[in-house]
Amino acid sequence: MQEAMKECNPSVSSQILRERAGQLLTDGTVARVLAWKKGDLPHNPEPAFFDSAEALRDLTYDAFCGANLSKYMIEASKLEGKTLVFLKPCDTYSFNQLLKENRVDREKAYIIGIGCTGKLSGEKIRSLGIKAIETMEGAEEGMLCPGREDTETEDGRGAILTFQTLYGQKTCAYGDAMLERCHVCKGKEHKIYDELLGQSHDTKDAERFAEVERIEAMSPAERFAYFQSELSKCIRCNACRNVCPACSCRKCVFDSNKFDSAQKANADSFEEKMFHIIRAFHVAGRCTDCGECSRVCPQGIPLHLFNRKFIKDIDTLYGEYQAGDDAESKGPLTSFTFDDAEPGIVAERR
Amino acid sequence: MPIETKEEFRPKIVAFCCNWCSYAGADLAGSSRLAYPADVKIIRVPCSCRVNPMFVLRAFEKGADGVILCGCHPGDCHYSTGNYYTRRRMTLLFSMLDYIGVENGRTRVEWVSAAEGVKFSATMNDFVAKIRTLGENVRLEDIRCKKQ
Repeated sequence: MQEAMKECNPSVSSQILRERAGQLLTDGTVARVLAWKKGDLPHNPEPAFFDSAEALRDLTYDAFCGANLSKYMIEASKLEGKTLVFLKPCDTYSFNQLLKENRVDREKAYIIGIGCTGKLSGEKIRSLGIKAIETMEGAEEGMLCPGREDTETEDGRGAILTFQTLYGQKTCAYGDAMLERCHVCKGKEHKIYDELLGQSHDTKDAERFAEVERIEAMSPAERFAYFQSELSKCIRCNACRNVCPACSCRKCVFDSNKFDSAQKANADSFEEKMFHIIRAFHVAGRCTDCGECSRVCPQGIPLHLFNRKFIKDIDTLYGEYQAGDDAESKGPLTSFTFDDAEPGIVAERR
Repeated sequence: MPIETKEEFRPKIVAFCCNWCSYAGADLAGSSRLAYPADVKIIRVPCSCRVNPMFVLRAFEKGADGVILCGCHPGDCHYSTGNYYTRRRMTLLFSMLDYIGVENGRTRVEWVSAAEGVKFSATMNDFVAKIRTLGENVRLEDIRCKKQ
């Protein structure tokens, strides 16, 4: 059955990526490859550099490769020679944004835009009660995804995933296991690339600002309680900051040891609020809404809600803007118009 | 006559004033003998655009009950365009504070020129009155910064 599916959807498998990367490494076009390798667990492949054709056998690309590789290109841009990087459609926005800010060197990157058919979230699968996964059927990219006629179920939640776990066989629908960001997919178009491999599939099935609007409709006390309860889970591991492609300062304000917010302070909840407001503010207008912050949060805090609030405000006040759409336009916070709204509008809108 | 033991709430207000307009406006208010509450603590900044969102949050952390930013009128900035950036930044920051459930009356931006001593005094009186009605800031303060 799997063979049949491969034929009807020419998806991009690990093998195809390995072959193409091998060719480019051997003919000297690139000095190294930036992709994913198998992680400790079957559902968390991790970003990795490969510098020889032999090493490439560890390269993997499957439905769990949600990690955005753009940020690693900052370091790769400082190295000798070109780096081959595989970018999914939404990752190319981040690359464009970094290019705009002169953080990456276009000349040092050989970009292969790869197909993406929606990525899975290990966290979500765990929350569905599927734990201790040993193998997953059809985890290879593009084998199963929502919207495909041959695997679609009647309720429209996508194909059924089958997991072999320590506790026996478990199943769930693809649509229920997808990363939050894939539900609000930005589309299947790669914004920047040298060549393309594989086909993408738009997995959008939810409204991007629906959750923000739900929170906005609450009373101030409810909103405060909501964020208090979410943010109090924060352990200040800084994963959201470190993974964010927009958050790329060489020296971070939160790393200063003169600053008492340098580590988790249990005494007060203020630290979390300040950290998360400032973290989101520092990327306001530059955030491409790639959703990496929420993906990596070990505590499952919906961090994208902060970024998306800024995006929503920017869209309504200063005109629709998608960071990373191109590498030239000025960002909303680095430009202005003479008749911008006054800050008092915040109170008036309520 | 019974002694009133309950102290009246005296808010702590931080006012960031730009060096070129609002600070001079505050000066004019002073030399014109216009009264405004002593609860307002003025911090002089080179331009309203110098105010980092962190300054505002820091002020709240350290126990401020309200934060007000004063700068030159749009178009009159000493550095030509500084206050236009302030306007965008603060709009977004205030909207975010409102989003996380902090009463939006606690933050304000006012444009006060060097000739507007009257406006400065009126603005501060109005803002302090507003904060008095809102009461103490409990949502953004750090209890460790408080006197035990």
